[in-house]
Amino acid sequence: MNKVFKNADEAIFDVENNNTIMLGGFGLCGIPENLISALVKKGSNGLTCISNNAGVDDFGIGLLLKTRQVKKMISSYVGENAEFERQLLSGELAVDLIPQGTLAERCRAAGAGIPAFYTPAGVGTEIAENKEVKIFNNQEYLLEYAFESDFAFVKAWKGDHLGNLIYRGTARNFNPMMAAAGKITIVEVEELVPTGTLDPNHIHTPSVYVDRIFEGKNYEKRIEKMTIQ
Amino acid sequence: MALTKFEIAQRIAKELKNGYYVNLGIGIPTLISNYIPNDISVIMQSENGLLGMGPFPKKENVDADLINAGKETITTLDGSSLFDSAESFAMIRRGRVNLTVLGAMEVSQNGDISNWKIPGKMVKGMGGAMDLVASAKNIIVAMMHTNKQGESKLLSNCTLPITGIKCVKKVVTNLAVIDVVNSQFVLKERAPGVTTQEIVSATEGDLLVPEFVPEMNF
Repeated sequence: MNKVFKNADEAIFDVENNNTIMLGGFGLCGIPENLISALVKKGSNGLTCISNNAGVDDFGIGLLLKTRQVKKMISSYVGENAEFERQLLSGELAVDLIPQGTLAERCRAAGAGIPAFYTPAGVGTEIAENKEVKIFNNQEYLLEYAFESDFAFVKAWKGDHLGNLIYRGTARNFNPMMAAAGKITIVEVEELVPTGTLDPNHIHTPSVYVDRIFEGKNYEKRIEKMTIQ
Repeated sequence: MALTKFEIAQRIAKELKNGYYVNLGIGIPTLISNYIPNDISVIMQSENGLLGMGPFPKKENVDADLINAGKETITTLDGSSLFDSAESFAMIRRGRVNLTVLGAMEVSQNGDISNWKIPGKMVKGMGGAMDLVASAKNIIVAMMHTNKQGESKLLSNCTLPITGIKCVKKVVTNLAVIDVVNSQFVLKERAPGVTTQEIVSATEGDLLVPEFVPEMNF
């Protein structure tokens, strides 16, 4: 079993037009930089991207928007991106806005083999339109479905050749649930280490979920809002 | 004198109790962490996956892998823990976060809140706000009493798309502290020097005014 790939270009060899791709990250923190760049280079289009945010104009998913490769974004918050707003208002881009906890749980459910679940988020709001409502203990809940996706693009801090992963800081965010959810999960890590060197007690994502892994390079890890004391 | 946004934050800080886990939204709520009384300990939750959020880093300690939900660089503290986004909203839905403070464009007298969308103008999304207001047991709104056009933001019914229904318990504005009780606003405190009449005329929703309304103290 070999999961190790040389680089992002080789790891995304079978991504096709109109695929649905989950991308980890919160803002620009913990995003799969190498995989996004490779996708821009490959030029696949008509993509549906499931990601909490849509990057900024010149970084992250913003790069895929600029090249018009994205047909639809499924996100919870899409501020900070002028090109995104322009494409949305002109009708070039479809957007599905979802409460952040529901977005996370729809990923988690997909990775846990649960087809749907009930959540209180959004009851009584416009996102409840056309959704099944069920009452438990006198409170209303909405039925939400697990996401289906062709690929999950994940960024971790360290990983071994078998695909065990460790994340760092708040760069973890959506990455573990997406890693478990992807039909094909492709992971880029800052440091790829030999199997056996990571402490099993410290693994966040067990290798079973990971199909492909490679060591990324030239990480920019751009900071969106630098705030200091 | 109407309160500044810093004074609104300072007044809300008085609502914090020792041992509270607190989620603070972007804007005025973020300022509250500057006014936590010295004799209590509260733990800040950031919904992107951190309990025990510390202050902004010194320049030499900036870490791109450590940000808050407003995407600002932050630090951890002794006792902090890190987790993924599903876990983060699990603890919110579970009701383990004791207090949520967030901003709003409108609040209605039955406790509905609108703060995520202006049709045709703003399309940024709700982020974690819908999850937070649907599950938090105690929700305080921090906002100005009126909008830029001078119109009341405390209404009988929200006019903008709703973020959550019947969830707001208390509103602290530049003019007053107002509770939401039995589908009506109840005036609890006035900003120093602000008259009851000024508050009444700046409030479109039904406002119950007790005989004596004390001034706030900080």
